[in-house]
Amino acid sequence: MSAGEPALAASRADAGVGGVVALRGVSKDYGATPALAPVSLDVAPGAFVSLLGPSGCGKSTLLRIVADLVEPSAGSVTVAGRPAREARERRDYGMVFQAATLFDWRTIRRNVELPLEVMGWRAAERRARAQRMLELVDLADVADLRPPQLSGGMQQRVAIARALAFEPALLLMDEPFGALDELTRERMQDGLLAIRARTGTTVLFVTHSIPEAVFLSSSVVVMSARPGRVLAEIPVDLPEPRTEDTREDPRFFQLVTEVRETLRRGVRP
Amino acid sequence: MRQGARRAIGVTGVLAALVLLWEGYRALALATGATWPIAVRGTGNAQQFPHVWDIVLAYGRPYRGAGETLGAFLVGEAGATLREVAVGFALGVVIGFALGTLFAHSRLAERALMPWVVVSQTVPFLAFAPILVVATGSIDALPDWSGVALLSTYLVVFPMTVGTLRGLRSAPASGEELLRSYGASAWTRLWRLRVPAAVPQLFAAAKVGATAAVVGAIVGELSAPGAGGIGGALFDFGRVSNNALQLFATALAAGLLGIAAYTVVALAERAVLRRFTGVRA
Repeated sequence: MSAGEPALAASRADAGVGGVVALRGVSKDYGATPALAPVSLDVAPGAFVSLLGPSGCGKSTLLRIVADLVEPSAGSVTVAGRPAREARERRDYGMVFQAATLFDWRTIRRNVELPLEVMGWRAAERRARAQRMLELVDLADVADLRPPQLSGGMQQRVAIARALAFEPALLLMDEPFGALDELTRERMQDGLLAIRARTGTTVLFVTHSIPEAVFLSSSVVVMSARPGRVLAEIPVDLPEPRTEDTREDPRFFQLVTEVRETLRRGVRP
Repeated sequence: MRQGARRAIGVTGVLAALVLLWEGYRALALATGATWPIAVRGTGNAQQFPHVWDIVLAYGRPYRGAGETLGAFLVGEAGATLREVAVGFALGVVIGFALGTLFAHSRLAERALMPWVVVSQTVPFLAFAPILVVATGSIDALPDWSGVALLSTYLVVFPMTVGTLRGLRSAPASGEELLRSYGASAWTRLWRLRVPAAVPQLFAAAKVGATAAVVGAIVGELSAPGAGGIGGALFDFGRVSNNALQLFATALAAGLLGIAAYTVVALAERAVLRRFTGVRA
């Protein structure tokens, strides 16, 4: 376990609150089958934490537990200082799924307005905010189109704009770029970091791509094969802002190797 | 436009084939004294088996010696039937939608009530049509035709219930999760996700229901003495005056009524889907 990651250290000092997300001994069993071994984790304000692990290790389940979409079998979950259920009902987080999950019967603009509608915003305010979010993801020109008319990458950008529409302090992302080709994926990563630089949103990010986790994160949480447990939290000390040059940085490759070796230990004990 | 022309040719072709079939069979039946290809009593008689064009021309002739033409009379009766169909259909859509929504949200309700909805369809509704018409007829607060409308409702409820249930269940689980992540209530999830996702299946069910509603109303009129409407006319021409020409003309009108009911729902579907998808269906 690597110690001394600044954000994590700071969050631990913040007793009682334990960061934007605080998990204590959270586990999940499906019947007699354990899917997730007890996991404890803190995400500090402003941090970008990736959950990385082999397929089926329970990293998505862990994210869904944070989102209160799945009930943990044991342990406690605190989001923004509140129990997960309360945090969900207070809309303390925005979530982006692997599939864009846009509603085909709505225009792009009205898809971005959806969370605001649910929250009872006035039409004029909704529209103004959706416009601003679409500009943020560089899609203002397609606001009146329908989802099937957009490419996969554009759809995922709409999903990000929608998740950010109510300016949550925490963004939960479940393999959001998993279905995209490599080039689009890298462009989306750059875009996400640019947005984050402007909004200061804390991100908890699930992925099975090692370079993606290293490039994006302030800290990578490496998980073992099913039932998933935390093998290590590896701080990423790459310089900010991360750019195309970061991907060629020798330190980047060192970290990728470190993460990969940690991951291997979990697969072959 | 070209597609429209092709469609018109198709419809005309089918109509021509049907006329040919009718006239061909008629010629055979008259020539062989209704013994070939199969023996059908009455079809050897030119009076009982009129020409297609005589049936069509009958609409323009007075239907009772003198005065009102058959066409004008049938339009009036069709109006009465349509009122029953419209009220019965609307009620059936509301009840079917409510039941389907209840079942989609409660397995318990589905398991307790769905079997009864299915059983209701296995009871031959002809058996209780007269009972229903007489029973509602004895309630002064209701108009005379309400029993007939209820028979329409009865036939609409089943397809609407099944269509609503399947439609609401077809909403993607990811959409449910998305809305739950906004802390959305079940009510919000129903109206923002499940109902919009169900629209295609709701309309498919409504189209089945619309034609069934016409059948329900006509059968209701047939089994209710003095109910009038297209069903009443079928009864009069078939059983009372025994006028084959007018009977066939009325049966054809009943068919057109069914097509009209279907078309109204299909047009509504097109309008809604266009607004919904922004794409011409």
